[in-house]
Formats: sequence, structure tokens, C-alpha cells
Amino acid sequence: MTEVTADTAATTGPANRSLFQAGVRTRKRHAAERRFRMMGLAAVIFGILALVGLMASILSNGVSSFTQTYVTMDVFLDPAKLDKKGNRDLKDIEKATTFAYEPLIKAAVQKVMDDRGIVVEGVNAKQAYELISKEAPAELRRYVLANPDQIGNTVSFDLLAAGRIDGYYKGRVTMESAALDRNVSPEQLVLADRLKQAGVLESRFNWGLFTAPDASDTRPEAAGLGVAIMGSAYMMLIVLVLSLPIGVAASIYLEEFAPKNRWTDLIEVNIANLAAVPSIVFGILGLAIFINFAGLPQSAPIVGGLVLTLMTLPTIIIATRAALKAVPPSIKDAALGIGASKMQAIFHHVLPLAAPGILTGTIIGLAQALGETAPLLLIGMVAFVRDYPGAPPEGFFDPASALPVQVYNWTQRGDPAFVERASGAIIVLLIFLVIMNAIAILLRRRFERRW
Amino acid sequence: MTSSVLVLIVLGLTVAGYFLGRKRALKASEQDGVKLHSLPGYYGQSVALFVAVPALFLLGAWLFLQPVLIENSISGKVPDSAIPEGGARSLVMVDVRRIAEGLTLMIEQGDLSEPDLSDMRADSTNIRSLLANSGVALGSDVSPEVFEAAKDYRSIEQTASAIRNIAVLITALGVGFWAWSRVRPQMRARNVSETFIKAMLMGSSLVAILTTVGIVGSLLFESIQFFKLYPAKDFFLSTTWNPQFRGGSDLGFLPLLWGTFYVSLVALTLAVPIGLMIAIYLAEYAGSALRSFAKPAIEVLAGIPTIVYGLFALITVGPFLRDWIAQPLGLGSSSSSVMTAGLVMGIMLIPFISSLSDDIINAVPQALRDGSYGLGATKSETIKQVILPAALPGIVGAFLLAASRAIGETMIVVMGAGASARLGVNPFEAMTTVTVKIVSQLTGDTEFASPETLVAFALGLTLFVFTLGLNILALYIVRKYREQYE
Repeated sequence: MTEVTADTAATTGPANRSLFQAGVRTRKRHAAERRFRMMGLAAVIFGILALVGLMASILSNGVSSFTQTYVTMDVFLDPAKLDKKGNRDLKDIEKATTFAYEPLIKAAVQKVMDDRGIVVEGVNAKQAYELISKEAPAELRRYVLANPDQIGNTVSFDLLAAGRIDGYYKGRVTMESAALDRNVSPEQLVLADRLKQAGVLESRFNWGLFTAPDASDTRPEAAGLGVAIMGSAYMMLIVLVLSLPIGVAASIYLEEFAPKNRWTDLIEVNIANLAAVPSIVFGILGLAIFINFAGLPQSAPIVGGLVLTLMTLPTIIIATRAALKAVPPSIKDAALGIGASKMQAIFHHVLPLAAPGILTGTIIGLAQALGETAPLLLIGMVAFVRDYPGAPPEGFFDPASALPVQVYNWTQRGDPAFVERASGAIIVLLIFLVIMNAIAILLRRRFERRW
Repeated sequence: MTSSVLVLIVLGLTVAGYFLGRKRALKASEQDGVKLHSLPGYYGQSVALFVAVPALFLLGAWLFLQPVLIENSISGKVPDSAIPEGGARSLVMVDVRRIAEGLTLMIEQGDLSEPDLSDMRADSTNIRSLLANSGVALGSDVSPEVFEAAKDYRSIEQTASAIRNIAVLITALGVGFWAWSRVRPQMRARNVSETFIKAMLMGSSLVAILTTVGIVGSLLFESIQFFKLYPAKDFFLSTTWNPQFRGGSDLGFLPLLWGTFYVSLVALTLAVPIGLMIAIYLAEYAGSALRSFAKPAIEVLAGIPTIVYGLFALITVGPFLRDWIAQPLGLGSSSSSVMTAGLVMGIMLIPFISSLSDDIINAVPQALRDGSYGLGATKSETIKQVILPAALPGIVGAFLLAASRAIGETMIVVMGAGASARLGVNPFEAMTTVTVKIVSQLTGDTEFASPETLVAFALGLTLFVFTLGLNILALYIVRKYREQYE
């Protein structure tokens, strides 16, 4: 190899030319070769580092959202506050608003501190109560409305700790930052530490992130993805039900039946272009046609589903046509040869053989649709929705959110706790995408045939 | 009867049609002693198709058109005097719809009966508080005209729904009966149902055309509305973008175009060399071990949703650039900047460029490489002087496709580039793009009569034209190049 001899070669010029000595020009050329090669390797490493950096950034910001700080307390459900008439009539109990529940929690916090003998200088009863999330009274009220017979009893609750307290155990809030923060004081953090020692306050896996609905700006600890996951699931269902049959039918027509003429050409160019139209343009289409013209409700999964269907169709059509093309013509010829009609040959033989490829393409299309955000912003999915949509098909018309839109929504909030939630939501989204792509790869490995 | 029940009934009729058609064919062939032309199932299938498809098609079209038509007829009945000062007819119609829905809800809950409703007058009863009791909140008190319109709306809607149900059922039964009565052993049932299915396949392929027509139609229609309210010259040539809620906005498009162009330029400057080098290295140099690991890893980047990149720009790249580069150099103090959005978008485009270039480099015939090696060229010389020139048209095509992606990308710029429309050259300042402004003008409470909202459609149209132009050019170049070597 020339590299071996390169270091011994010192002389230059045509007089000294030898096959065992590389000339200056050769060495230059080889150096250029190595440089070029290093540049290529550097580019590959950059690409991989970008992937690693992206994942590390999201994971490091988001993993902490999977745990949450809870306070376990016995709360006395005081009949004098909750059911003044004492007849346990649900209509009367409903009249007690969340304000009526606040004193109960306040009393419970005081009792916990008294029982354990926890005293922290500079924390009064009101400040101690602030350790508990503002969501807690609402949680208590929901429980009481579901179990009115528990009024008068003492019930043990796992209540959410306030967002700043939760942030303290995740490193987001420190003693120094608390001194400057209006929402939390260092003394409250000391109290939280004492409660943690006493085993009252602890961090646990955050199931609420997956089940709870969104929450308002002041209570990030209660915000969850429940409505968003349901909205996304509804939309994926609509996309699957609409785009798979339409996409497969269109591909069969274009691949097997369409005559080669201008009209077919127009359709094909159209599909190729639709695949490259920016997604936000589909959002404008949805807003103008489905909401403004057809009068469908804003923020509804049906509109999102229709828009995403139109976006996914080109992907599915392109994948299906490739899968149909990959089936060898001899199979269709054999079917035609023994007297099957063209339709029979396609539906009985070609389509089943192409099915794994079609399914793979469909799952990849769905995964794309699941992560799509921009068009959903325009059709109002970014609205604040706290109520779960109803059961389908009526539920398709109820307001809902979607996973990626919920992420965007949380990044627009002021409290840094929401950024943690947004990263956590991204992890959830990525897990769904990984599962879908893994299924697609498995399908391909398991069923793909090469002829 | 709700539409879902109607669909179930039609599906039930379809199943019944299948068995009736099949039975009729078998019976007739037995009686007449004539052999069936097709398999018995095809007779059933042809009847079932005729029962289901026209009826469901009618239902779909009806559901789509009914609200529009009712709204138009009612909207004409609301006198101009009932429309509040400065408000729009469309807003009054929203109230009308809500009141109508609320009344239906009250009747369903048993708080109100039909005869009571027809006697009810808005001047004598407090409709607003009544509806609020049933959980329907209204923004303002109900004027008599609006209430009458709502009552009309409700009654027309009920009649229309009843007519719809009858029409759909008659279609299903009528067309189905006609198809059933045609069933004879000699009938070419397989051909009939196959022709029918073929027509449906063809119809599905038209969805693509309809989508394009919908996009172009809605963009053009609303853009024309916009240009009626706002002069086109100011839109295309003005350099200030300053929308105001109360009218008198400056809606110059140039700062947005500049921002879009600048961000895309940064992105492509990063993505094109790196993407191209990755493709070259993986195609020409890398061993199979590296390739089998690096190729999927880089393709993973392509499958990540753009919202993830947006978040990456917002929480990592933006603060990093601000704290380590922009502030020490005194170039700016904003974490959202052209550089932030451009770099992150560049990372997003790398796999796009590399996979397209990879295909193109692999399509260059091996004979060209062998010829070059035979003349004594090194690998990099072969790549630079033979492969890249041969692949150039394809690479230009890939570049154009990437540019069209960069221009149309939304989430990264919404979260990374900022919102201030500005014509500057400092890449560490926040600027804004066409897509950001489409999002900001169309989210939230929007009213479709003001130029501030309609401008989004004009922006959308320009975006569509730009990206379409780039795509068509790219496809043309790629196609032309492919012909050379095949």
C-alpha cells in the first residue's frame, strides 16, 4: 500500500520516480482522499450526534414528569360543611363548591403536623395548606359526589402536592429560587422536607399524566394527557377507517385498471404533488371547507380525522402501489389463465399477497398522522378542553385535544413545570410512534416475500 | 332517528338484499332449468351493492350539504335590524344555532314541551336564563328576531332530517328492489357487480383530485375576498407587517417572505453539505457494519414529528445559542432566532437530503466508476469528478424538494423563530415566517370577514404556489435525469 512507503519517500521529481516511492503529487492526492473521507465520517457522526442530542434533550427534560409528589392525608369529610341540611340529597351536596372543601384540607394538614409534632418557623396554617395542589379540593369534591355516604367519615386521600413542591424534588426549584418566588418560600420547602421524613409526602409514578385532563395555568401538577390521548385515538380511528379503503381502492384502480391516458396522468401527478404540499395548507383546507362551509364543529376529532385522512392518503396510495407492483405478474397471469376474471384475480390473489406491504405503509402513514401538529392548530384543537369526549360516533363531534397539540399548548404556558410536562408528553408520543413502527417492521420481516 | 341508526338500517337492508338476490337467482334457475351465468353469490352481491352504495352516498352528501342550505335560508330571514352594530351576520347565525340546539336539549330533558315552545316569545320569557339552566350558555340576551329564527331553524332542521331519513330509505329500498327484480339466471351478475366495483375504485382515485380542487378553491376564494378588502399592491410590496384588531393594519408580505427565505437558507446551508456527505460516505466508503447501524439511525431522524424538533429548538438549542453565542458576542438576547430555527430545521432536513442523494448516487452506473478507477483516479476524485457531475440533476432535484419542505415547515419556526416581522440581517434576532403568521392569524377566535384573518389565506396561497412550483421543477429535473441512464 502506498501509505506504508509514503514516509520513506522524500525525494521528488521525474528522475526519482519509483513504484515504491510515492511522489509529492501522489501524496497530495492521497491526503485529499483522506480529508474527503474524514469529512464524510464527520458528517455521519454529526447526524448520529444530532439524533442522540435530540433524544437526550427530550429525555432529560421529560423523564421527571413520570413521577409526581403526593401527600397522603386523612381528611374528615365534615357534614356541617358539605351537607348542611343533613339529608344526603345529591342535589344539596352539589351546591357545596370547591371552596367548601378547602377548610377540610386545611384542617387535615394541621392535624398531620400536630400529630407528628412538625413545627417549622415562619410557616402558618395558610402557608402549610399551600403545599397542597389547588386541584385537591376539586378532587375531594369529585370523590364526595361519587360516594355521598362517606360524608361524616374520615377518609385517607393521596392528594397532589403543589407544582413548586413537586419541582423542588425534581431539582427545578431550589432554596435560592424559592427565596425570589412569590408562589413558594424556603420555609415551605423545609416543611415539605420534614413531611417527607415523616413519610407523609412521597414521590410516586404519575398515572395522572396518562389519564387526567388538561389543567389551568396555575396547577401544572394536575395536568394530564387523558383528553389528548383520546382525541388522538379517535382521529387515528377515523384516519384508518377512511384512508385505508379509499387508498387501497384508488391504488388498485391506478395500478391495474386505469388506461394510460392524460386523465390518469393528471391523477398521478396530483397524488405526487399532494404528498409534498405543506401540512399547514391542509389545515387551511379543513378550516375553510369542513368548518366554515360544512359547519362541522371546531376542535372536533372528526374534522382533525378528515384533514389527516386527506394528508395520509398519498402516503398510503404510494405504499400500496409499490406493494401491488411487487407481486409478480405470473400470479395474476396464472389466475387469468384458469378463467378468473380480472377483478377475481386481483381481489383473490394479488391483493392478499400485497396485504403485508399495504399494512406496513398504512401504519407508517398513521404514525406520520399521529405526530402532525400544524393543521390541527388551525382547526381549533389547541383550545383548552377539560371534558372527555363521549363515546363514538357522537364523541367524534365533541371537542378534544390531540397529543402533539397538547405538547405545543403546554410550551406556550408560563410555568416551567409545563415544559417538563411537554417533554413528558413528547416521550409518550414517541413511545406510541416506536410501537407503531416496530409493528410495521415486524410485519415486514414476518410476512414480506421476495419472489 | 339519528344518522348512525340510519346507517345501521341501510347496512341491515344490504345484508337482506344479498340473501334475497341470491335466493331469487337459485330459485329461478331451479324452476326454469336454466344454468346460472355467474356464481350465486354474485347475484346477491349485485343487489347488495345497489342497496348500499346509492343510499349511503345520498346520506353522505345530505349530511354535508344540509347545514349549509338551512343556514343560507335562515340567514336571509334575519332582518338587518337584528344584527348588532359592528357585528357580523355569521355571528348572529352562531347564536341562532346555539339557541336551536339548546331548545332541542331542553325538550329532550323534559324541561319544555313542543306546544310550550311554539307559544314562547322572546319578549315575554327570559330565554337566556332558561337556556342557562339547561347548561347552554349564551353571550348576550336573545332578541325576538333571533329567537324566531332559531325556532324556524329547529323546525326546518327537523323536517329536513325527516325528509332525509325517508329519502335514504326509499333510495335503498327502491334501487334495491329494481336490482332484485332484474335478477334472472341469464343475467351477467358477475359483470354487473364488477363494473359497479370498478366504478367505485375509480371514484376513490378521484379523491386526490377533489382534495387539490378543494385546496386551490378554498385558497383562491378566500384570497379574492381578501384582495377585495386590502389592495394587492400593498400586500406584495409593503415592508411593514403590523396587524391591528381594530382595522387599519399594515399587511405587507415582504418581511415574512424574507424571514422564510432566511431560515430556509440557514437550514439548507447546514443540511445540504452534511446530508450529501453522509450519502456519499455511506454509499462509497462505509463498511457494511457501519452502514447497517448509521443508515437506520439517520432515517429515524426523518420519522420524528416536527413538534419534537420544535421543542428541541425551544428548550435546548435556543437557550444554548443565546447564552453561548449571541449574548457574549452582543448579537442579541432572544432565544428564538433565525439561527435557532434554521439549525434545527437543518437537522430535520439532513435525512431527507441524504436518503434522496443516496438513491441518486446508487443510480449512477457502475461502469462510470470503473472507468474512472481504471484511469488511476482515487475514490474521492472519482466521486468529485465523475459521480457528482453525473448525479448533479438529481441532487439539484433533492435540493429543491428540501427547499420546498423548509418553506412549508411550520412547528419548528412557530416554536423557534419568533413572531416579530422584521427585515434584518442579524441571524440571532427573532424573525417570523409565512407559516408562523398563518398560524397566528387563524388560531383563536376568528371572524371570517376581516382582512386580518383573510390575509392568512393569501399567505397560504403564496406558500402553496411556491412549494408547488419547487416540487414540479424538482420532479421535472429528477425525471429527466432518470431517463438518461435507464
